[in-house]
Amino acid sequence: MSALATAPAGTPAPASAPQQLTTTRPLTPRAVTGKVVWALAVVLISVTTVMPLVWTLSTSLKPEGEILSSYLQLVPENPTVANYVALFTDGPFGRYLANSAVIALGGVVTNLFFGGLAGYALAKLHFRGRGVVFSLFLGSMMVPGIITMVPTFLVLRRFPLVGGNDLFGEGGAGFINSYGAVLIPFAAGPFAVFFMRQFFQALPDELGDAARIDGASEFRIFWNIYLPLARAGLAVLGVLTFQAGWNSFLWPLIALNDPEMLTVQVGLAGYVNEYQTEYGPLLAGTILASLPVLLVFVVAQRYIIENFAHSGTK
Amino acid sequence: MSATRRQQTISAWIFLAVPVALFAVFLLLPVVMAIGLSLTDYSVIGDFEWVGLDNYARIAGDPIFWVAVRNTAFYTVLYVPAGLLVALGTALLLNRSTRVARVFRTLFYIPVVSSTVATAAIWFWLLNPQYGLFNAVLGWFGIDGPAWLYESRWAMIAIVMMSVWAGFGANMIIYLGALQGVPRELTDAARVDGAGAYRVFWHVTRPAISRATFLILTLLLIAAFQVFDQAYVLTKGGPGNSTLTLVYYIYDRGFGRLEMGYASALSFVLFLVILVFSVANARATGRETGR
Repeated sequence: MSALATAPAGTPAPASAPQQLTTTRPLTPRAVTGKVVWALAVVLISVTTVMPLVWTLSTSLKPEGEILSSYLQLVPENPTVANYVALFTDGPFGRYLANSAVIALGGVVTNLFFGGLAGYALAKLHFRGRGVVFSLFLGSMMVPGIITMVPTFLVLRRFPLVGGNDLFGEGGAGFINSYGAVLIPFAAGPFAVFFMRQFFQALPDELGDAARIDGASEFRIFWNIYLPLARAGLAVLGVLTFQAGWNSFLWPLIALNDPEMLTVQVGLAGYVNEYQTEYGPLLAGTILASLPVLLVFVVAQRYIIENFAHSGTK
Repeated sequence: MSATRRQQTISAWIFLAVPVALFAVFLLLPVVMAIGLSLTDYSVIGDFEWVGLDNYARIAGDPIFWVAVRNTAFYTVLYVPAGLLVALGTALLLNRSTRVARVFRTLFYIPVVSSTVATAAIWFWLLNPQYGLFNAVLGWFGIDGPAWLYESRWAMIAIVMMSVWAGFGANMIIYLGALQGVPRELTDAARVDGAGAYRVFWHVTRPAISRATFLILTLLLIAAFQVFDQAYVLTKGGPGNSTLTLVYYIYDRGFGRLEMGYASALSFVLFLVILVFSVANARATGRETGR
């Protein structure tokens, strides 16, 4: 990071600073052209990335008649939340939101806890087989999800003694159509383990050694000493896990087919209709489905982008 | 083994118990099961019947499989270069540590955060032939836009555009990280020696960020081979199977028609394709960078 980026915003300029201090080099016509082209390019790309979202928001706030009649108008003439209300009164959108919240937040809690524990063990505890376990987790991240899709469905459906199944997994639906079908297979993802291991490795060993001499248990050392120091890592992992859980589509589509159990993404996909789409409720639903992740992103964007930038170069 | 060492070994396995158990039940077991299933004609209802390599033989003569292969290849050929170039271009634009550049970085990244389903819903509206923003903008330039998702010639192209829009921000960030590692002295020295911007990029910057290029290329390829969400939400594989991708076809066989055995065989074929391309990509990059 250069000094330019870290300079505090409100640094007062010295009273006697001459105006031309900002231009140490004379601006050649070429440099000016360069700056203008740069500005045009980034503004154009920003418009193409942000405009569709703004247009979606604007459409979601228009009454039915206005959506098609004045579709290019960005500010609704008669703004209304009727489309949002319709989602909850005409359909089970509230239920979808609740299902997604349970799945996304449940995933965050389990991944932080188990990923933290396992990552800590792989980074800080000495035991035989550590390298093997680590390579297994690392390698498993490279297996494409599509291969395990059908068998994982069968494992969940035929899980013994769950959801009406007998000891041999016959008779019921197992975990299918329950939160467990989405929560359990992803409760301690290899990414969470890998991510937390990298984080704990950067922390000094001496802290744990000192506590060990004082007779602290291994779990106490993890929970009271190292975990609080890993707060920043946990925050980033939590945000990424929340986004992944909230945005996941294919697996919930397969594992939850009871209309009461649909997630917000699967529910939303049902509103897209080739023949007759009601754009108002569809786009209102899109805004509601995107809002939680966008909010989390705005709060945590600095950490996510930085962390992401590092992961690419290592 | 000392007492602390034994203590640590026991603790470590307790700490690892849940992730290792889940790994065994939801990764190792399914991979083994997938091999077995691909040799049966299991259909959920009914028993497993051993059919040997019949499923694999059936794939070769399945015309719809080849349609899915062609569609996926078409998507890959368009999406991978476009995704790479847009990510690199935007990263080069924003490779400066000013406050303004940071704000734009966030703006460019916003589509990445939204789900594919939400993005698809937005694009469904954008691409509406009569009321979509897309054709309205084309109209300003006197171009009569196509019906996009309703024309087999354009549907896949529309899905590619949407995917590039939705994903480039993530790869841009990886490139930005790599660009910060390019030694400033080298680019300055080249410039002093009279190299233009293009030559500096080709001879200094490009080799220095080749690791990032390899990573992004691999990620894009793997994503392209597994494209599903967009096609499912926007076109349901249509019109006329023009957006039926491999994963869509596997999903449809496995969970639409409950042909779990055949779906497993298809997924293995896809896995092999991904593996071959990943290895080839690693080799090609290894040769170029001398690693």
